[in-house]
Amino acid sequence: MTTQPDALDGLIEAAVQALDLPLEPAWQPAIKANLAVTLRQAALVTDFPLPDDTEPAPVFQA
Amino acid sequence: MSLNPITASAAEIAGAVRAGSITASQVTEAVLAAIRTRGQTLNAFTAVTEERARAKAAALDARRAQSGALGALGPLAGVPFAVKNLFDVAGVPTLAGSKINREHPAATRDATLIERLEAAGGVLVGALNMGEYAYDFTGENVHDGPSRNPHDTLRMTGGSSGGSGGAVAGQLVPLSLGSDTNGSIRVPASLCGIFGLKPTYGRLSRARTFPFVASLDHLGPFARTVSDLALAYDAMQGHDPDDPVCVQRPAELTLPRIDEGIDGLKIAIAGGYFRKGAAPEALTALERVATALAARREIEIPEATRARAAAYVITATEGAALHLDRLRTRAHDFDPAVRDRLIAGAMVPATLVNKAQKFRRWYRARVLEIFTEVDVILAPATPCTAPLIGQQTFVLDGVELPVRANLGIYTQPISFIGLPVVVVPVPLKPLPIAVQIIAAPWREDMALRVARALERAGVVAAPALAI
Repeated sequence: MTTQPDALDGLIEAAVQALDLPLEPAWQPAIKANLAVTLRQAALVTDFPLPDDTEPAPVFQA
Repeated sequence: MSLNPITASAAEIAGAVRAGSITASQVTEAVLAAIRTRGQTLNAFTAVTEERARAKAAALDARRAQSGALGALGPLAGVPFAVKNLFDVAGVPTLAGSKINREHPAATRDATLIERLEAAGGVLVGALNMGEYAYDFTGENVHDGPSRNPHDTLRMTGGSSGGSGGAVAGQLVPLSLGSDTNGSIRVPASLCGIFGLKPTYGRLSRARTFPFVASLDHLGPFARTVSDLALAYDAMQGHDPDDPVCVQRPAELTLPRIDEGIDGLKIAIAGGYFRKGAAPEALTALERVATALAARREIEIPEATRARAAAYVITATEGAALHLDRLRTRAHDFDPAVRDRLIAGAMVPATLVNKAQKFRRWYRARVLEIFTEVDVILAPATPCTAPLIGQQTFVLDGVELPVRANLGIYTQPISFIGLPVVVVPVPLKPLPIAVQIIAAPWREDMALRVARALERAGVVAAPALAI
Protein backbone atom coordinates (compact mmCIF):
# COMPACT_ATOMS: atom_id res chain seq x y z
CA MET A 1 0.00 0.00 0.00
CA THR A 2 1.43 3.39 -0.93
CA THR A 3 -0.13 6.76 -0.30
CA GLN A 4 0.85 9.72 -2.43
CA PRO A 5 1.62 12.93 -0.54
CA ASP A 6 -1.13 14.80 -2.38
CA ALA A 7 -3.62 12.11 -1.44
CA LEU A 8 -2.79 12.90 2.19
CA ASP A 9 -3.84 16.52 1.69
CA GLY A 10 -7.18 15.27 0.45
CA LEU A 11 -7.53 12.79 3.30
CA ILE A 12 -6.71 15.47 5.87
CA GLU A 13 -9.18 17.93 4.37
CA ALA A 14 -11.94 15.32 4.27
CA ALA A 15 -11.23 13.97 7.74
CA VAL A 16 -11.20 17.44 9.27
CA GLN A 17 -14.70 18.03 7.90
CA ALA A 18 -16.11 14.56 8.51
CA LEU A 19 -14.76 14.22 12.05
CA ASP A 20 -15.17 17.87 13.06
CA LEU A 21 -11.46 18.18 13.82
CA PRO A 22 -9.65 21.49 14.20
CA LEU A 23 -6.93 22.39 11.74
CA GLU A 24 -4.90 25.57 11.50
CA PRO A 25 -2.66 26.13 8.47
CA ALA A 26 0.44 26.10 10.67
CA TRP A 27 -0.42 22.63 11.96
CA GLN A 28 -0.89 21.07 8.52
CA PRO A 29 2.75 20.13 7.77
CA ALA A 30 3.25 18.34 11.09
CA ILE A 31 -0.09 16.55 10.92
CA LYS A 32 0.64 15.49 7.35
CA ALA A 33 4.10 14.25 8.32
CA ASN A 34 2.70 12.29 11.25
CA LEU A 35 -0.08 10.82 9.13
CA ALA A 36 2.45 9.79 6.50
CA VAL A 37 4.59 8.04 9.12
CA THR A 38 1.59 6.24 10.63
CA LEU A 39 0.37 5.08 7.22
CA ARG A 40 3.86 3.84 6.34
CA GLN A 41 3.90 1.87 9.56
CA ALA A 42 0.42 0.54 8.80
CA ALA A 43 1.61 -0.53 5.35
CA LEU A 44 4.24 -2.73 6.97
CA VAL A 45 1.42 -4.50 8.77
CA THR A 46 -1.03 -4.76 5.87
CA ASP A 47 1.70 -6.03 3.56
CA PHE A 48 2.08 -9.07 5.78
CA PRO A 49 -0.32 -11.85 4.72
CA LEU A 50 -2.41 -13.37 7.49
CA PRO A 51 -4.99 -16.15 7.30
CA ASP A 52 -8.59 -14.98 7.09
CA ASP A 53 -9.42 -16.72 10.34
CA THR A 54 -6.83 -14.83 12.38
CA GLU A 55 -8.57 -13.38 15.41
CA PRO A 56 -7.70 -9.84 16.45
CA ALA A 57 -5.71 -9.79 19.69
CA PRO A 58 -8.47 -8.43 21.97
CA VAL A 59 -11.09 -11.14 22.53
CA PHE A 60 -14.32 -10.08 24.17
CA GLN A 61 -15.81 -12.49 26.69
CA ALA A 62 -19.51 -12.11 27.47
CA MET B 1 19.35 7.30 63.56
CA SER B 2 22.11 5.25 61.88
CA LEU B 3 20.30 4.56 58.63
CA ASN B 4 20.53 7.23 55.93
CA PRO B 5 16.96 7.32 54.60
CA ILE B 6 18.06 9.13 51.43
CA THR B 7 20.49 6.48 50.23
CA ALA B 8 18.83 3.44 51.85
CA SER B 9 16.82 0.93 49.90
CA ALA B 10 13.12 0.42 50.54
CA ALA B 11 13.85 -2.91 52.22
CA GLU B 12 16.43 -1.30 54.52
CA ILE B 13 14.04 1.49 55.48
CA ALA B 14 11.20 -0.93 56.20
CA GLY B 15 13.52 -3.14 58.26
CA ALA B 16 14.76 -0.20 60.30
CA VAL B 17 11.27 1.17 60.89
CA ARG B 18 10.00 -2.23 62.00
CA ALA B 19 13.04 -2.66 64.26
CA GLY B 20 12.51 0.78 65.76
CA SER B 21 15.95 2.11 64.88
CA ILE B 22 14.34 4.94 62.91
CA THR B 23 10.79 6.22 62.85
CA ALA B 24 8.60 6.56 59.77
CA SER B 25 8.31 10.24 60.59
CA GLN B 26 12.09 10.69 60.54
CA VAL B 27 12.26 9.00 57.15
CA THR B 28 9.42 11.11 55.82
CA GLU B 29 10.94 14.39 57.01
CA ALA B 30 14.30 13.52 55.44
CA VAL B 31 12.65 12.73 52.13
CA LEU B 32 10.45 15.84 52.16
CA ALA B 33 13.56 17.95 52.80
CA ALA B 34 15.36 16.32 49.87
CA ILE B 35 12.37 16.99 47.60
CA ARG B 36 12.28 20.65 48.70
CA THR B 37 15.97 21.16 47.95
CA ARG B 38 17.48 18.82 45.34
CA GLY B 39 14.03 18.11 43.93
CA GLN B 40 13.85 21.61 42.50
CA THR B 41 16.77 20.93 40.17
CA LEU B 42 15.47 17.58 38.99
CA ASN B 43 11.91 18.89 38.43
CA ALA B 44 10.62 15.43 39.19
CA PHE B 45 7.62 16.33 41.37
CA THR B 46 4.47 18.18 40.33
CA ALA B 47 2.77 17.78 43.72
CA VAL B 48 4.15 16.99 47.16
CA THR B 49 1.61 15.48 49.57
CA GLU B 50 3.40 16.63 52.73
CA GLU B 51 0.42 16.71 55.07
CA ARG B 52 -0.81 13.32 54.01
CA ALA B 53 2.68 11.79 54.25
CA ARG B 54 3.24 13.16 57.74
CA ALA B 55 -0.13 11.84 58.91
CA LYS B 56 0.54 8.38 57.47
CA ALA B 57 4.03 8.25 58.99
CA ALA B 58 2.72 9.36 62.37
CA ALA B 59 0.05 6.66 62.25
CA LEU B 60 2.71 4.03 61.50
CA ASP B 61 4.86 5.26 64.38
CA ALA B 62 1.89 5.21 66.74
CA ARG B 63 1.05 1.67 65.70
CA ARG B 64 4.61 0.54 66.31
CA ALA B 65 4.67 2.25 69.70
CA GLN B 66 1.52 0.35 70.67
CA SER B 67 2.47 -3.05 69.29
CA GLY B 68 6.25 -3.06 69.83
CA ALA B 69 8.91 -4.54 67.60
CA LEU B 70 6.77 -7.52 66.66
CA GLY B 71 3.94 -5.32 65.47
CA ALA B 72 2.74 -6.04 61.96
CA LEU B 73 3.72 -2.85 60.18
CA GLY B 74 3.88 -4.37 56.73
CA PRO B 75 6.73 -5.12 54.34
CA LEU B 76 6.97 -1.49 53.18
CA ALA B 77 6.73 0.07 56.64
CA GLY B 78 7.61 3.73 56.38
CA VAL B 79 8.91 3.50 52.79
CA PRO B 80 8.37 6.79 50.95
CA PHE B 81 7.15 6.45 47.40
CA ALA B 82 5.81 8.70 44.64
CA VAL B 83 3.70 8.10 41.55
CA LYS B 84 3.56 9.37 37.98
CA ASN B 85 0.89 12.06 37.92
CA LEU B 86 -1.53 9.92 35.93
CA PHE B 87 -2.32 7.94 39.11
CA ASP B 88 -5.34 9.20 41.04
CA VAL B 89 -4.25 10.63 44.38
CA ALA B 90 -7.19 11.55 46.60
CA GLY B 91 -7.38 15.31 46.94
CA VAL B 92 -5.20 16.08 43.89
CA PRO B 93 -6.30 16.54 40.24
CA THR B 94 -4.89 13.78 38.01
CA LEU B 95 -2.86 15.80 35.51
CA ALA B 96 -1.53 13.05 33.24
CA GLY B 97 1.09 15.64 32.27
CA SER B 98 -1.51 17.88 30.67
CA LYS B 99 -2.69 21.47 31.02
CA ILE B 100 -6.30 20.48 30.34
CA ASN B 101 -6.64 18.08 33.28
CA ARG B 102 -5.62 20.81 35.73
CA GLU B 103 -9.24 21.91 35.55
CA HIS B 104 -10.47 18.47 36.61
CA PRO B 105 -11.80 18.09 40.13
CA ALA B 106 -9.47 16.49 42.63
CA ALA B 107 -9.56 12.70 42.66
CA THR B 108 -11.75 11.30 45.42
CA ARG B 109 -9.97 7.98 45.86
CA ASP B 110 -6.44 6.71 45.33
CA ALA B 111 -5.50 4.40 42.46
CA THR B 112 -5.60 0.74 43.45
CA LEU B 113 -1.81 0.38 43.37
CA ILE B 114 -1.37 3.31 45.78
CA GLU B 115 -3.90 1.72 48.11
CA ARG B 116 -1.96 -1.55 48.01
CA LEU B 117 1.44 0.04 48.64
CA GLU B 118 0.03 2.03 51.54
CA ALA B 119 -1.68 -1.06 52.94
CA ALA B 120 1.81 -2.59 53.03
CA GLY B 121 3.08 0.40 55.02
CA GLY B 122 4.26 2.69 52.20
CA VAL B 123 4.04 6.46 52.57
CA LEU B 124 2.98 8.41 49.48
CA VAL B 125 4.92 11.66 49.23
CA GLY B 126 3.77 13.07 45.91
CA ALA B 127 3.00 12.99 42.20
CA LEU B 128 5.64 13.01 39.48
CA ASN B 129 6.29 14.85 36.23
CA MET B 130 5.60 13.05 32.94
CA GLY B 131 5.27 13.60 29.21
CA GLU B 132 1.86 14.92 28.21
CA TYR B 133 -0.80 12.20 28.26
CA ALA B 134 2.07 9.65 28.25
CA TYR B 135 2.61 10.06 24.47
CA ASP B 136 6.33 10.57 24.94
CA PHE B 137 9.74 8.91 25.29
CA THR B 138 11.73 11.99 26.42
CA GLY B 139 10.41 13.06 29.83
CA GLU B 140 9.98 16.60 28.52
CA ASN B 141 6.81 18.53 29.28
CA VAL B 142 5.87 21.93 27.84
CA HIS B 143 3.62 22.77 30.80
CA ASP B 144 5.76 21.69 33.76
CA GLY B 145 9.23 21.80 32.21
CA PRO B 146 11.42 18.78 31.55
CA SER B 147 12.29 16.11 34.08
CA ARG B 148 16.08 16.27 34.45
CA ASN B 149 18.47 13.35 34.53
CA PRO B 150 20.23 13.17 37.92
CA HIS B 151 23.47 12.02 36.26
CA ASP B 152 23.57 15.11 34.03
CA THR B 153 20.79 17.63 34.49
CA LEU B 154 21.20 18.88 30.92
CA ARG B 155 20.08 15.47 29.72
CA MET B 156 16.72 13.77 29.39
CA THR B 157 15.34 11.33 31.91
CA GLY B 158 13.53 9.52 29.14
CA GLY B 159 9.79 9.18 29.30
CA SER B 160 7.04 9.28 29.57
CA SER B 161 7.55 8.35 33.26
CA GLY B 162 10.35 10.93 33.47
CA GLY B 163 9.77 12.09 37.04
CA SER B 164 9.45 8.48 38.18
CA GLY B 165 12.92 7.75 36.80
CA GLY B 166 14.48 11.00 38.00
CA ALA B 167 13.06 10.80 41.54
CA VAL B 168 14.46 7.32 42.17
CA ALA B 169 17.80 7.80 40.41
CA GLY B 170 18.16 11.19 42.11
CA GLN B 171 17.65 9.64 45.56
CA LEU B 172 14.54 11.62 46.36
CA VAL B 173 12.55 8.43 47.00
CA PRO B 174 13.60 4.76 46.96
CA LEU B 175 10.49 3.68 45.07
CA SER B 176 8.17 5.10 42.41
CA LEU B 177 5.43 3.95 40.08
CA GLY B 178 5.07 4.65 36.39
CA SER B 179 3.20 3.47 33.34
CA ASP B 180 4.52 1.73 30.25
CA THR B 181 2.53 1.61 27.01
CA ASN B 182 5.41 1.30 24.57
CA GLY B 183 8.42 1.68 26.86
CA SER B 184 7.62 4.46 29.32
CA ILE B 185 9.01 2.57 32.32
CA ARG B 186 11.89 0.90 30.51
CA VAL B 187 13.23 3.95 28.65
CA PRO B 188 13.57 6.23 31.71
CA ALA B 189 14.92 3.34 33.80
CA SER B 190 17.63 2.91 31.16
CA LEU B 191 18.52 6.58 30.76
CA CYS B 192 18.46 7.21 34.54
CA GLY B 193 20.32 4.01 35.43
CA ILE B 194 17.82 2.32 37.74
CA PHE B 195 15.79 -0.88 37.84
CA GLY B 196 12.28 -1.02 36.40
CA LEU B 197 9.64 -3.70 36.08
CA LYS B 198 6.98 -3.77 33.40
CA PRO B 199 4.86 -6.75 34.43
CA THR B 200 2.78 -8.95 32.16
CA TYR B 201 -0.17 -7.14 30.56
CA GLY B 202 -3.11 -7.60 32.89
CA ARG B 203 -1.06 -8.48 35.96
CA LEU B 204 -1.35 -5.22 37.92
CA SER B 205 -4.51 -3.19 38.25
CA ARG B 206 -4.74 0.05 36.31
CA ALA B 207 -7.87 1.16 38.16
CA ARG B 208 -8.12 4.88 38.79
CA THR B 209 -5.23 5.87 36.57
CA PHE B 210 -5.55 8.08 33.50
CA PRO B 211 -5.30 5.80 30.45
CA PHE B 212 -3.48 6.23 27.15
CA VAL B 213 -3.84 3.11 24.99
CA ALA B 214 -6.05 0.56 26.71
CA SER B 215 -4.71 -2.27 24.51
CA LEU B 216 -1.14 -1.65 25.64
CA ASP B 217 -1.16 0.16 29.00
CA HIS B 218 0.79 -1.37 31.90
CA LEU B 219 1.80 -0.03 35.32
CA GLY B 220 4.89 -0.95 37.32
CA PRO B 221 7.59 0.07 39.80
CA PHE B 222 11.04 1.71 39.64
CA ALA B 223 13.69 1.13 42.33
CA ARG B 224 17.46 1.18 42.97
CA THR B 225 17.64 -2.52 43.86
CA VAL B 226 16.09 -5.66 42.45
CA SER B 227 14.72 -6.71 45.84
CA ASP B 228 12.89 -3.40 46.14
CA LEU B 229 11.27 -3.99 42.75
CA ALA B 230 10.09 -7.41 43.92
CA LEU B 231 8.97 -6.06 47.29
CA ALA B 232 6.77 -3.43 45.68
CA TYR B 233 5.55 -5.73 42.92
CA ASP B 234 4.50 -8.42 45.37
CA ALA B 235 2.59 -5.87 47.43
CA MET B 236 0.66 -4.72 44.34
CA GLN B 237 -0.32 -8.09 42.85
CA GLY B 238 -3.80 -9.53 42.89
CA HIS B 239 -7.07 -9.29 40.98
CA ASP B 240 -8.99 -6.03 40.97
CA PRO B 241 -12.56 -5.98 39.65
CA ASP B 242 -12.16 -2.25 38.98
CA ASP B 243 -9.84 -3.00 36.03
CA PRO B 244 -11.47 -5.32 33.47
CA VAL B 245 -8.04 -6.24 32.08
CA CYS B 246 -6.63 -7.30 35.46
CA VAL B 247 -6.55 -11.09 35.50
CA GLN B 248 -7.98 -13.46 38.11
CA ARG B 249 -4.59 -15.00 38.93
CA PRO B 250 -3.68 -15.13 42.60
CA ALA B 251 -0.58 -13.26 43.71
CA GLU B 252 2.58 -15.19 42.79
CA LEU B 253 5.16 -13.84 45.21
CA THR B 254 8.60 -13.27 43.74
CA LEU B 255 10.67 -12.01 46.65
CA PRO B 256 10.90 -15.36 48.48
CA ARG B 257 12.49 -16.94 45.37
CA ILE B 258 14.57 -14.05 44.14
CA ASP B 259 17.89 -15.55 45.27
CA GLU B 260 17.36 -18.95 43.66
CA GLY B 261 19.91 -18.06 41.00
CA ILE B 262 19.98 -18.86 37.32
CA ASP B 263 20.92 -22.54 37.35
CA GLY B 264 18.78 -24.35 34.83
CA LEU B 265 17.51 -21.22 33.14
CA LYS B 266 17.95 -21.07 29.37
CA ILE B 267 18.97 -17.52 28.49
CA ALA B 268 19.23 -16.22 24.94
CA ILE B 269 20.13 -12.92 23.29
CA ALA B 270 17.80 -11.22 20.82
CA GLY B 271 19.61 -10.69 17.53
CA GLY B 272 18.66 -9.07 14.24
CA TYR B 273 16.33 -6.16 14.83
CA PHE B 274 17.52 -5.79 18.43
CA ARG B 275 21.13 -5.17 17.38
CA LYS B 276 20.45 -2.85 14.49
CA GLY B 277 20.88 0.80 15.36
CA ALA B 278 22.34 0.20 18.80
CA ALA B 279 25.10 2.60 19.82
CA PRO B 280 28.36 1.02 21.06
CA GLU B 281 27.40 1.63 24.71
CA ALA B 282 24.12 -0.25 24.29
CA LEU B 283 25.99 -3.21 22.84
CA THR B 284 28.66 -3.02 25.56
CA ALA B 285 25.97 -3.17 28.24
CA LEU B 286 24.30 -6.10 26.54
CA GLU B 287 27.61 -7.94 26.19
CA ARG B 288 28.48 -7.47 29.86
CA VAL B 289 25.13 -8.87 30.94
CA ALA B 290 25.25 -11.76 28.47
CA THR B 291 28.80 -12.64 29.48
CA ALA B 292 27.93 -12.66 33.18
CA LEU B 293 25.03 -15.00 32.45
CA ALA B 294 27.08 -17.17 30.08
CA ALA B 295 24.36 -16.54 27.50
CA ARG B 296 25.67 -17.34 24.03
CA ARG B 297 22.64 -18.45 22.07
CA GLU B 298 21.22 -15.81 19.78
CA ILE B 299 17.59 -16.01 18.72
CA GLU B 300 15.59 -14.01 16.20
CA ILE B 301 12.29 -12.55 17.31
CA PRO B 302 10.40 -12.74 14.02
CA GLU B 303 8.91 -9.66 12.40
CA ALA B 304 9.90 -7.29 15.21
CA THR B 305 9.88 -4.37 12.75
CA ARG B 306 6.26 -5.06 11.91
CA ALA B 307 5.46 -5.54 15.60
CA ARG B 308 6.75 -2.07 16.35
CA ALA B 309 4.81 -0.72 13.36
CA ALA B 310 1.58 -2.33 14.57
CA ALA B 311 2.12 -0.95 18.08
CA TYR B 312 2.65 2.46 16.50
CA VAL B 313 -0.66 2.28 14.62
CA ILE B 314 -2.65 1.05 17.64
CA THR B 315 -1.09 3.74 19.82
CA ALA B 316 -1.82 6.58 17.41
CA THR B 317 -5.43 5.56 16.86
CA GLU B 318 -6.46 4.50 20.35
CA GLY B 319 -4.78 7.61 21.71
CA ALA B 320 -6.70 9.73 19.21
CA ALA B 321 -9.97 8.07 20.17
CA LEU B 322 -9.32 8.75 23.85
CA HIS B 323 -8.67 12.43 23.21
CA LEU B 324 -11.09 13.11 20.32
CA ASP B 325 -13.38 15.44 22.25
CA ARG B 326 -10.47 17.34 23.74
CA LEU B 327 -8.90 17.68 20.30
CA ARG B 328 -12.14 19.17 18.99
CA THR B 329 -12.58 21.66 21.80
CA ARG B 330 -9.19 22.26 23.41
CA ALA B 331 -6.63 21.73 20.65
CA HIS B 332 -4.65 24.84 21.63
CA ASP B 333 -4.14 23.53 25.16
CA PHE B 334 -2.18 20.44 24.08
CA ASP B 335 1.56 20.21 23.66
CA PRO B 336 1.73 20.84 19.88
CA ALA B 337 3.89 17.75 19.34
CA VAL B 338 1.28 15.58 21.06
CA ARG B 339 -1.67 17.31 19.42
CA ASP B 340 -0.38 16.91 15.88
CA ARG B 341 0.24 13.19 16.36
CA LEU B 342 -3.19 12.67 17.90
CA ILE B 343 -5.00 14.58 15.16
CA ALA B 344 -3.15 12.49 12.57
CA GLY B 345 -4.10 9.36 14.50
CA ALA B 346 -7.78 10.31 14.32
CA MET B 347 -7.55 10.19 10.53
CA VAL B 348 -6.25 6.62 10.23
CA PRO B 349 -8.88 4.20 8.83
CA ALA B 350 -10.18 1.55 11.24
CA THR B 351 -9.30 -1.21 8.76
CA LEU B 352 -5.62 -0.60 9.46
CA VAL B 353 -6.12 -0.78 13.20
CA ASN B 354 -7.95 -4.08 12.89
CA LYS B 355 -5.11 -5.45 10.78
CA ALA B 356 -2.65 -4.38 13.46
CA GLN B 357 -4.64 -6.20 16.13
CA LYS B 358 -4.74 -9.34 13.97
CA PHE B 359 -1.02 -9.15 13.42
CA ARG B 360 -0.59 -8.82 17.17
CA ARG B 361 -2.17 -12.23 17.71
CA TRP B 362 0.00 -13.83 15.00
CA TYR B 363 3.16 -12.29 16.45
CA ARG B 364 2.26 -13.34 20.00
CA ALA B 365 1.98 -16.97 18.89
CA ARG B 366 5.40 -16.88 17.19
CA VAL B 367 7.12 -15.33 20.20
CA LEU B 368 5.48 -17.81 22.58
CA GLU B 369 6.99 -20.59 20.44
CA ILE B 370 10.43 -19.16 21.28
CA PHE B 371 9.60 -19.43 24.97
CA THR B 372 9.13 -23.18 24.60
CA GLU B 373 12.92 -23.31 23.98
CA VAL B 374 14.27 -20.50 26.18
CA ASP B 375 13.26 -19.00 29.51
CA VAL B 376 14.63 -15.50 29.23
CA ILE B 377 15.65 -13.22 26.34
CA LEU B 378 18.12 -10.34 26.64
CA ALA B 379 17.83 -7.17 24.54
CA PRO B 380 18.97 -3.56 24.79
CA ALA B 381 16.54 -1.22 26.56
CA THR B 382 17.43 1.91 24.64
CA PRO B 383 19.62 2.45 21.57
CA CYS B 384 21.83 4.98 23.39
CA THR B 385 22.45 6.77 26.69
CA ALA B 386 20.49 9.89 27.66
CA PRO B 387 20.29 12.52 24.88
CA LEU B 388 20.37 16.23 25.71
CA ILE B 389 17.11 17.88 26.72
CA GLY B 390 15.65 19.43 23.59
CA GLN B 391 17.66 17.24 21.25
CA GLN B 392 15.44 16.52 18.26
CA THR B 393 17.40 13.90 16.34
CA PHE B 394 20.11 11.30 16.80
CA VAL B 395 22.00 9.03 14.45
CA LEU B 396 21.29 5.32 14.67
CA ASP B 397 23.15 3.00 12.35
CA GLY B 398 24.18 5.96 10.20
CA VAL B 399 20.63 7.26 9.80
CA GLU B 400 19.42 10.51 11.39
CA LEU B 401 16.11 9.85 13.17
CA PRO B 402 13.77 11.75 15.52
CA VAL B 403 14.69 11.10 19.17
CA ARG B 404 11.10 11.25 20.43
CA ALA B 405 9.84 8.40 18.27
CA ASN B 406 12.91 6.20 18.33
CA LEU B 407 14.06 5.92 21.94
CA GLY B 408 11.60 3.04 22.23
CA ILE B 409 12.62 0.98 19.21
CA TYR B 410 13.66 -1.98 21.40
CA THR B 411 10.86 -1.72 23.94
CA GLN B 412 7.84 -1.44 21.62
CA PRO B 413 7.96 -4.94 20.08
CA ILE B 414 8.01 -6.44 23.60
CA SER B 415 5.20 -4.54 25.33
CA PHE B 416 3.15 -4.99 22.14
CA ILE B 417 2.40 -8.52 23.34
CA GLY B 418 2.53 -7.77 27.04
CA LEU B 419 5.64 -9.74 27.99
CA PRO B 420 7.09 -9.08 31.46
CA VAL B 421 10.42 -7.25 31.47
CA VAL B 422 12.88 -6.28 34.18
CA VAL B 423 15.22 -3.51 33.09
CA VAL B 424 18.70 -3.69 34.65
CA PRO B 425 21.11 -0.72 34.65
CA VAL B 426 24.73 -1.22 33.62
CA PRO B 427 26.74 1.55 35.30
CA LEU B 428 28.85 2.64 32.34
CA LYS B 429 30.72 5.96 32.47
CA PRO B 430 29.82 8.72 31.99
CA LEU B 431 26.19 7.64 31.68
CA PRO B 432 24.37 4.41 32.51
CA ILE B 433 22.26 2.38 30.09
CA ALA B 434 20.09 -0.66 30.68
CA VAL B 435 19.33 -4.10 29.30
CA GLN B 436 15.89 -5.72 29.07
CA ILE B 437 15.43 -9.13 30.70
CA ILE B 438 12.35 -10.48 28.96
CA ALA B 439 10.37 -13.50 30.17
CA ALA B 440 7.31 -15.45 29.06
CA PRO B 441 3.91 -14.16 30.19
CA TRP B 442 3.38 -14.45 33.97
CA ARG B 443 7.07 -15.28 34.62
CA GLU B 444 8.13 -12.05 36.26
CA ASP B 445 9.78 -14.32 38.83
CA MET B 446 12.32 -15.56 36.28
CA ALA B 447 13.22 -12.09 35.06
CA LEU B 448 13.65 -10.90 38.65
CA ARG B 449 15.84 -13.92 39.51
CA VAL B 450 18.12 -13.17 36.59
CA ALA B 451 18.25 -9.47 37.53
CA ARG B 452 19.12 -10.38 41.11
CA ALA B 453 21.90 -12.74 40.00
CA LEU B 454 23.40 -9.94 37.90
CA GLU B 455 23.13 -7.52 40.81
CA ARG B 456 24.87 -9.96 43.16
CA ALA B 457 27.61 -10.44 40.57
CA GLY B 458 28.15 -6.68 40.51
CA VAL B 459 27.35 -6.41 36.82
CA VAL B 460 24.28 -4.22 37.20
CA ALA B 461 23.63 -1.47 39.73
CA ALA B 462 22.10 1.96 40.05
CA PRO B 463 25.12 4.30 39.99
CA ALA B 464 25.55 6.25 43.22
CA LEU B 465 25.14 10.00 43.08
CA ALA B 466 27.59 12.44 44.59
CA ILE B 467 25.24 14.36 46.90
